[in-house]
Amino acid sequence: MSTSQKDLKLKKRSFSAFLGNMVRQQLFIPVAALLILVLFNLIMDPSFFKIELGHNSAGDPVLSGYLITIIDYASELAILAIGMTLVTSASGGQDISVGAAMAIAGSVVLRVLCGNNPRPEHMQTSIIVAFLIAVLVSMCFGAFNGMLVAFFKIQPMVATLILYTAGRSIAAWINKNKLPVISDPSFGYFGNSIPGIPLPTPIFIAVICMIIIAVVLKFTNLRLYSQSVGINSSSSRLNGINPQMVKFLTFVILGVCVAVAGFIKVSRLSTINYSVIAKDIEMDAILAVALGGNSLGGGKFNMKASIIGAYVIQFLTTTLTKFKVNSTAIPAYKAVVVIILVVLSAPIVREKMGTLRKKLARSKGNVGKEVA
Amino acid sequence: MKKLVSILLTAAFVATMAIGMCACSKSEDDGDKLIKVGIINNDPNESGYRTANDNDMKATFTKENGYDASFAYSLKNEEQIAAAQKFIQDEVDYLLISAAGTSGWDSVLKDAKDAGIKVILFDRTIDADESLYEASIVSDMAKEGETAVDWLASQNLSEYNVIHIQGVMGSSAQIGRSGALDAKVAAEDNWNIVTQQTAEWNAENAQQIVQAVIDSGESFNVIYAENDDMAKGAVQALDKANISHGVGKDVIVIGFDCNKWALEELLAGNWNYDGQCNPFQASYIDDIIKNGAKQKVVIMEEKGFDATTITQDDVDKYGI
Amino acid sequence: METGAVLEMRGICKYFPGVRALEQVDFTLREGEIHALMGENGAGKSTLIKVLTGVYPKDGGEIRLKGSDKPVHIRSPQEAQNMGISTVYQEITLCPNLTVAENMYIGRTKGPLTNWRKINNDAGKLLDSLGIPALPAQQLGSCSIAVQQMVAIARAVDMECKVLILDEPTSSLDEQEVEKLFKLMRDLKEKGVGIIFVTHFLEQVYEVCDRITVLRDGTLVGEYVIEDLPRVQLVSKMLGKDFDDMADIKSESDTDKIDYNSTPVYEAKKLAGTTGIKPFDFSIHKGEVNGFTGLLGSGRSECVRAIFGADKVSGGTVMMNGKKVKINKPLDAMKNGISYLPEDRKRDGIVGDLSVRDNIILALQVMKGFFRPFSRAQAEAFADEYIKLLSIKTASSETPIKSLSGGNQQKVILARWLLANPVYLILDEPTRGIDIGTKVEIQKLVLKLAAEGKSVTFISSEIDEMIRTCSRLVVMRDGKVVGELSGNDLNQNKIMATIAGGESK
Repeated sequence: MSTSQKDLKLKKRSFSAFLGNMVRQQLFIPVAALLILVLFNLIMDPSFFKIELGHNSAGDPVLSGYLITIIDYASELAILAIGMTLVTSASGGQDISVGAAMAIAGSVVLRVLCGNNPRPEHMQTSIIVAFLIAVLVSMCFGAFNGMLVAFFKIQPMVATLILYTAGRSIAAWINKNKLPVISDPSFGYFGNSIPGIPLPTPIFIAVICMIIIAVVLKFTNLRLYSQSVGINSSSSRLNGINPQMVKFLTFVILGVCVAVAGFIKVSRLSTINYSVIAKDIEMDAILAVALGGNSLGGGKFNMKASIIGAYVIQFLTTTLTKFKVNSTAIPAYKAVVVIILVVLSAPIVREKMGTLRKKLARSKGNVGKEVA
Repeated sequence: MKKLVSILLTAAFVATMAIGMCACSKSEDDGDKLIKVGIINNDPNESGYRTANDNDMKATFTKENGYDASFAYSLKNEEQIAAAQKFIQDEVDYLLISAAGTSGWDSVLKDAKDAGIKVILFDRTIDADESLYEASIVSDMAKEGETAVDWLASQNLSEYNVIHIQGVMGSSAQIGRSGALDAKVAAEDNWNIVTQQTAEWNAENAQQIVQAVIDSGESFNVIYAENDDMAKGAVQALDKANISHGVGKDVIVIGFDCNKWALEELLAGNWNYDGQCNPFQASYIDDIIKNGAKQKVVIMEEKGFDATTITQDDVDKYGI
Repeated sequence: METGAVLEMRGICKYFPGVRALEQVDFTLREGEIHALMGENGAGKSTLIKVLTGVYPKDGGEIRLKGSDKPVHIRSPQEAQNMGISTVYQEITLCPNLTVAENMYIGRTKGPLTNWRKINNDAGKLLDSLGIPALPAQQLGSCSIAVQQMVAIARAVDMECKVLILDEPTSSLDEQEVEKLFKLMRDLKEKGVGIIFVTHFLEQVYEVCDRITVLRDGTLVGEYVIEDLPRVQLVSKMLGKDFDDMADIKSESDTDKIDYNSTPVYEAKKLAGTTGIKPFDFSIHKGEVNGFTGLLGSGRSECVRAIFGADKVSGGTVMMNGKKVKINKPLDAMKNGISYLPEDRKRDGIVGDLSVRDNIILALQVMKGFFRPFSRAQAEAFADEYIKLLSIKTASSETPIKSLSGGNQQKVILARWLLANPVYLILDEPTRGIDIGTKVEIQKLVLKLAAEGKSVTFISSEIDEMIRTCSRLVVMRDGKVVGELSGNDLNQNKIMATIAGGESK
C-alpha cells in the first residue's frame, strides 16, 4: 500500500469517526432538524433564503426575508429557553407559567410608562426604569414559584399552575383592565428596529442574553450546581451545596428571562392584549428544551442545544406559514414534526442508533477487508 | 408536610372561588323597591370587548336606575350554571346570561321559570327552547361580515387580492365574518384570497402571517382581519416593509370590534374600515325589563365605520 | 450429566464488544448444596448468572438441567423461571406499595379472576413454614429490608425452583438478619434445592457454603470443596497472586505515635441529633484511626452524620483543635476540614450522570465558592492526579461515574474527599459491595493517611476490617454509646460481647 493510499484511508477513518462523534453529540438532533428544514426549503423554493435590504415606512433601512423573520421572532423563545433549561436541570420539572408571567411583565412595563393615563402623549418615565421594574416584579414571581418548588417541595408543574391560572388576570389588573397604547415610536425600537440599524432589535437582545448566560456559566458554578442538584440532590447536599437555594435561584433567573421576553413582546406592538399575548409560549419553551435533547427529568443540560431548539421551532412555524398550510391543520403538522424530533432525541433511541451505526461500520469494515 | 401544604392550597383555592362567587351577590335588604337582577357574564379580562360590555352593564344596572344587581363571572359553562342556580336560590327577579357554552342550560332555565324568574340572554344564544327565556339580544356576526364586504365591494377596485386573517376557528365571530368574505370570493372572479390563516385573535401571529406573504413577494391589496388586534399586527408588518396602507394608499385595512385606538387609526386615515361588534346590550335589556319584550330575538344595530367619513364624535361614542 | 447435579454449564463463552466476559467456564450445581460463586468485580460472576437466567444469550457452550437429556436454551428470565431457575437480586425488585402476598403471587395468577383470600392463606402458610416474620396482608414497604429479601426468596421458592440464585443478598442485612437468612438457606438445602450464593463476605461463605467456584478475568480458576480451601488461599486464587495475609496491614500503622494528651483534632460534647441518637461525647486525635461499630440501626451512621452536620443537629458543643465551632450543615463541616464519605454510595455519594472529573472536584469546588470555578485545565489536572493516585479504572475523566464499577465509584468519592484535603476524614462503610482488592487498597490508604497525620473515622460492618485498621472502637447499641475499646480489647470476642451487651465472658 502506498503512503498516499494509507493517508486516504486514515482520512476516511477519521472522517467516519468524526461523523460518529457527531451523531452521539447532544447537539446532533437539533442541528440535524435545522438542516433538514433548511434543505426542505432549499428544494421547495430557494427564494426562501433571499434577504433584501429595503426601507420601512419611516424611511429607515431594514433587512427583510424569511431568515430574518425567523431569527427575529424566535428571540423571545430563545431567551425563555435559557431560563427553562436551568429550571429543568435543577428542579427536574418545568415552569408552565412563563406565558402568563410575560403578560404580567409586559403589563408592568406599560403601566410604568403610561402612569394612570392609558394613552399618554409622552412616556412618564424612561424606558430603562420601566424595564428594570418589570425585571424586579418578574423576579418576585419567579421567586414565588421557586419558593413553592424548593421549600415546599411542590412539583414544578403544579406549583407554577397557580401563576399559569392567575397570571393573565393579574396582568389585566395591573393596568386596571385598560388597554394602554404607547404612541412614542422610541418604545417600539426594542421590538422592531432602531432607525439606521437594518436588523431587528430582538435579535440583538437575544444575542446579549446568550452572551450573558455564557459568561455566567463560564465564571460561576451554576452549571455544576444545578446539574448536581438535578441528578442527585441528596449527595449534592452532602457536598455542601444547598439544593433548595439552587432550585430557587434557577426560578429567579427564569424570572429575569421572562421579563426580557415580555418586554420585547409589548414593544413589538406598543400595546398588550392580556388574554392572547405570549399564548402557549410555555409549551414552545419546554419543547425547545426537549428538542435540545435535554432530559426533562433534570440533570445534565446543554444550553446551546436548547437555544437551537428554539430556533428550530420558529423555523418550523414560519415554514408552515409560508407554505400556507391550512390554518386549522398547522398545529397537527407541528405535532407530527415535534413527535418525530422528540422521539429521535430520546436517549433510548439515540443509543439504538449508536449501536446500529456501529454495526453498519463493522459490516462495512469487513467488506473492505475482504476486498483488500 | 407536603400533604398539609396541598390541603391548605386547596382550601385557599376553594375559599377564593366561594368568595368570588358570593361577594358579588351580597346586597342590602332594601330590595323591595329595586329590581333584583343576577348577571352572569364571561371574564371581563377576556377581551376589550368584554371589558366594555361589563362596564356598560355595571353602569346601567345601578341603584339609581332602580336595580339591585349581582354579578358572576366565568369562562366555564359549568361554573356559570352553578352561579345561575345560586341566583335562583337568591330569588332574583331577572337572570341575565352571556353563556360560555351553548348547551346544558335547559334544566336550570326550567328551574328559573318555575321560580318565576325571567331570563334574558345577551351577546350569545344557547340551544334551549325559546319558551325558556324572554328575549335574546345578540349581534349578527354574519351581518357584520356582510356589511364589511359590501363596503369593500363598493370601493370598486379592479382586482381584490385579500389576505384573510381569521380569529379562533369555530368561534361565532370567526364563522360569521369569514362566511361573508368566502361567499363573495366564490361569487366574484376578480376577488382572490392570497392567504387565509388563523391568527387566533393574536396580533403577533397576524404580523407573522402578513410577514410571510411579504417575504414571498406575492402582491395583495386588502387585509381583512377579523379583529382590531390582528389588523394592528398586520399593519406592523406592512410598515416594516414600507407598504403604504389606509385611505388612498396601496393596501386597504379592515378590522373589527371598534376599539377606540382602532377608530383613531381610522380617523388618521391609516386604516380604511372598522366593523362594529356592539357590546352595549345593557340599554336593550333595560328597555325589555321596563317595557316588556317585543320579539324573542333582538338583533342589535351595528355600524361599520369608513375612514373617510368617521368623526371624532364617533370615536368617542362607539370606541370601546 | 454428573449424578446428583441439578445444573451443569459447560464451556460457557460470552463476548461483549472488545471484552471477553466469559471464556470456557464450567459450573456444576448439585442437589441440596450451597455453592459460592466467588471472584473480584469484573471476574464474570454476574455475566455467568445473567447467561444462566436468560438475560444475555450465550455465545458458546451448553447448559443442562436435571430432568432433560438435551441441553436447554434459555432465552429470557421468564423462561428460566419456568425451568425452575429463580433469582433474588441484591436490590429488591419487588413493589414496596403492594402487600407481601401480592408480591409473592404477582404475575403468576391465571385467568381474570383472582382468589385473594386463598392467596393470602397460601402465602401465610409458606411464610410460616419458612419462619419469615411477615404477615401476608402487610404492605411490603413497611417490612425491614431483610424481611423484604426473605419475601423475595419465598416468592422464588414457591415457584418450585430447583436452582435458587442469591446475588449479594446479605449486603444490607445486619448479623441477626443474616443468621435468619442462613437458616432459611439451610432449610431449603434440606429440601433439595441447589443454591448459588454470590457474595463479597468471606466469613459468610465459610459459614454456610459447601463448595466454592472461583472465577477470574472471565475464566474458571477452579471448583473446591470448602474444607480444602483456607481463606488465604481463596483470596490469593481470586486475586491471582500470592497474597500476604491481610493481617499484615496493621503492622504498617504505628499507634504509639499518637499523642493522647494533646488537644483533640475534633471533640464533641453532648452532641445530639434529631435522628434518634442519644447525646454522645466523642473525640479524635491527630493521626488516629477510630471506628464506630454496632449492629445496623444502632446509630453508628447517625453519629457520624451528626458530626458532619448531614442531619439536623439539636444540641451539644463541638471543638476543633480546642476552638469552639458551629457545624449545622455539611458546608460548615467541610470548611472546618471534615470530610464525609457516606454509607449509601448510590444515594448520597455519586452524582451519577456527571463525569468522573466533576465528581472528583465537586467538594473542593463547593468549598472554593460559587463564583470561583476551577478552570477546565485545573479540574482536569486534579482529576488526572487522583485517577492515577488511586488507580481508578475509567476510560477517561469525561466518563460518567455511573458507568464505573462499584469499587471504582467508591474510589472516585474517596478522591473527592482527599482532594478537599481534610484534617478529619469520616468513612462510613467505604468497603461495602466492592471487590477484595479494592477493599484492601482502601484499608491501606486509611492507615497511610493516618500516618500522614490525618484523623480518620472508619466504619465497616466487617469487624475484621475494623480490628485491622482502627486503634479505638466506639461501640453503639440502640442509639447509645455503650463502650469504647482499644489496645488488647480490640478482638472479635470482646467486640461481639460489647455489641450484644450484658457481661462479657
